[in-house]
Amino acid sequence: MIEGALWRRWVFYNIPLILFVFVLLFPFYWMIVTTFRPDGELYLPWNAPNYMPFWTNNPTIEHILYLFEETSFMRWMFNTMFIALVSTVISLFCGVLAGYALARLNFPYAGGLGTAIFITYLVPQTLLFIPLAEIIRNFQLGDTPWSLILTYPTFLIPFCTWLMMGYFKAIPKELEECARIDGASRWKAMLYIVIPVAVPGILSSGIIAFTLSWNEFIYALVFLSSPDQKTVPVGVTSELIRGDVFFWGPLMAGALLGSIPVAIVYSFFVEHYVSGLTGSVKG
Amino acid sequence: MAEVSIRKLNKMFDVTHVVKDVDLEIRDKEFVVLVGPSGCGKTTTLRMVAGLEAISSGQILIDDSVVNEVPPMDRDIAMVFQNYALYPHMSVAGNMAFGLKMRKFAKPEIETRIKRAAAILGIENLLERKPRQLSGGQRQRVALGRAIVRDPKVFLFDEPLSNLDAKLRVQMRVELKKLHERLGTTAIYVTHDQVEAMTLGDRVVVMKDGWVQQVGDPLELYNTPANRFVAGFIGSPAMNFIEATLGENNGTVIAEAPGLRLTLPGSLAARARTRAGRAVTLGIRPEDVHIATDRDSPEFCFDATVEVVEQLGSEILLDTRVGPATVVASVEPTMRIRSNDRLRLSLKPERLHLFDAETEAAI
Repeated sequence: MIEGALWRRWVFYNIPLILFVFVLLFPFYWMIVTTFRPDGELYLPWNAPNYMPFWTNNPTIEHILYLFEETSFMRWMFNTMFIALVSTVISLFCGVLAGYALARLNFPYAGGLGTAIFITYLVPQTLLFIPLAEIIRNFQLGDTPWSLILTYPTFLIPFCTWLMMGYFKAIPKELEECARIDGASRWKAMLYIVIPVAVPGILSSGIIAFTLSWNEFIYALVFLSSPDQKTVPVGVTSELIRGDVFFWGPLMAGALLGSIPVAIVYSFFVEHYVSGLTGSVKG
Repeated sequence: MAEVSIRKLNKMFDVTHVVKDVDLEIRDKEFVVLVGPSGCGKTTTLRMVAGLEAISSGQILIDDSVVNEVPPMDRDIAMVFQNYALYPHMSVAGNMAFGLKMRKFAKPEIETRIKRAAAILGIENLLERKPRQLSGGQRQRVALGRAIVRDPKVFLFDEPLSNLDAKLRVQMRVELKKLHERLGTTAIYVTHDQVEAMTLGDRVVVMKDGWVQQVGDPLELYNTPANRFVAGFIGSPAMNFIEATLGENNGTVIAEAPGLRLTLPGSLAARARTRAGRAVTLGIRPEDVHIATDRDSPEFCFDATVEVVEQLGSEILLDTRVGPATVVASVEPTMRIRSNDRLRLSLKPERLHLFDAETEAAI
C-alpha cells in the first residue's frame, strides 16, 4: 500500500488499479453478455431506439445449444484437453529433469547450454511453424493430435526448463547434501527431497504450460485441417466465421466455454501457483 | 568406534588452492574442532571428509580404509549443517527417520531410535511438527537428532551454532559437550568462534589460508601458541603485540620498544639470545598485564596512558597507549580509572611471548 495523503492513494493506486481491472475484465463481460443475447438484439444498429449494448432483458441459451448441436464443439474440447495434457506432461517431465541438471550438476558448459535453451524459446512461433510444417509432413503427422503434442514441447520444454532451473537453484543445496549423507543416492535425494520441495514450482510451470498449449493458435491452425481434429481456438474461429459472416452468439459462447477449464485450473492451484512464482521455499 | 586420518590433503578450486597439505590424526571418541577465519579452508576440509567435495590430492581414511572415492552415503557419517537443512516437507519424526529408511531399517527399530534420540534432546512433544513450526533452537535439536538416530561412526558439524542468538548458543554449546560425553562418538566440528573451539574441543586445529597453523589441546594453544596468528586468534580479549628490538646488556637479554624496556626472563632469554639486535614482536595477554605495585620488579614495568575504559562488570579493560603501541590490560572491576590517566603497568614475565618479526613463528 502506498503511504501518504488520500489523494495520492487515489491517483497513484486506486484509480490505475480500477482502470486496469476494467480493461482486463471487460472483454470477459462482453463475451458473457453476447453469449446470452438473442440474435434479434445482436444485429440491431447502434442508433435503434431500444439499442442496449451492455445488458439484455431476454437472455437465451440458443447459442450454446447451437454450439453443441450444430458444431463439433465437444470434440474440439476433448482434442484440446488431450493435446494440452499430454504435451504438458511431456514438457514437465523433460523440463524438471533438465532444470535440475542445469541447476545442480556441474558439467562443462552448463551455463552456456542453459542460455542456448532459453534462446530457442525466443524464436517466434510465427516463424518456427514453417520448418516445423515440413517436418510434420515428412513424418506424416499432419491432421493428427500428435502433430501438436510433439510440436508444443518445442516451446514448452525450454520454458519449463528455465522456470524449474530457477526454482531448483533457490532450494538450499544443503538439503540434498544432507540427504546424500543420510544414505540417499543422488537419484533418491532428488526423488524424495528436491522434487517434493519443488512441487510449487512444478505446479506453476505445469499450469502455465497447460494454458499455453490450451490457447495455442498458430500451430493448431497450420497442422490440423479436418473439423473433427481441431482444437477449441481454431475450431471456434474457423467454423463459426464463414466468409465474412460472424456467428457472434455461438462464437462468444465457444470462447466462454473454452476458457472455463483454464479458469478452473488457475483458481484450483492459485495458492501453489503464487508461491511458486515468488520462489518461496519454506524452511 | 572410528578414527579419521587426513593425510597431505589438498583442494584446488580451479586455480585457487584452498586446503594445503593438511595432516591430521583424529582418535576414537575425540572431539576435534577446526577453527579459523572465514576462507581458511576449514569447511572445505570438513566437506571433503563428508564426501561432498572431491579431493584434489591426499588421502582421507576412516578406520584405516581410504574413503577418497566412497560416496557420502557409504561413509557412515552424519553431518549437522549451519542452516540445519531440515527437510521442509517432512515432520520432525520424518526428518529423523529419513536416514534410517534409506538404510532399510525395520520400522520398530526406527521408532525406538527416534524415541531415544528425542528423549536425549527433549523434543518428544515436537515429533509431529513441521520444521517451519519450530524455533531456531528447536530446529537445531532436530538437526542433531537426525544425526544421533543414525548412530554413525563420525559426527561432522559445520558451524551448527552460528545461526542462534548469543544466549541460546551458549546453552547449546554446553548441551553439545554433554551430548558428546554421553555418546562418545568421534566428532569433527568447524567454527570461526574461538570460544566455541576452546570450550568444546578435546583438540583444536587452527587454520589460516588453507594451512594448519597449530594442533593442540585448548590450553596448549593458549599457553604456547606456535605463531603470532594463533596467539592473536585464541583468547579473548586478543593478545597485545608490541614491535620491539632485542639487545644484550651485562648478560641479560633486553627487549626494547619506544616507551618500553623489558628484561626477558631466564628461559625466554636463553632462546632469544642469538637474535640480539634483531626485530621481534612481543606478545602479552591482557589478563597478564596489571597495575604495578611495590612488589613488581621495575624490570617488567612500563608507563602507559589510558585511552579508553571498558567496563565489563567482571573486569575492566583498559586500552592504554605505550609509545606508538596499544596495550590492553584487564584489571580488577573495583579500580577507579578514567581515560587520560597515566598509569604504571607491570606484566607477568613468565607469560611473555616472543615472535620472530619476519616469520611470525614463536621463539
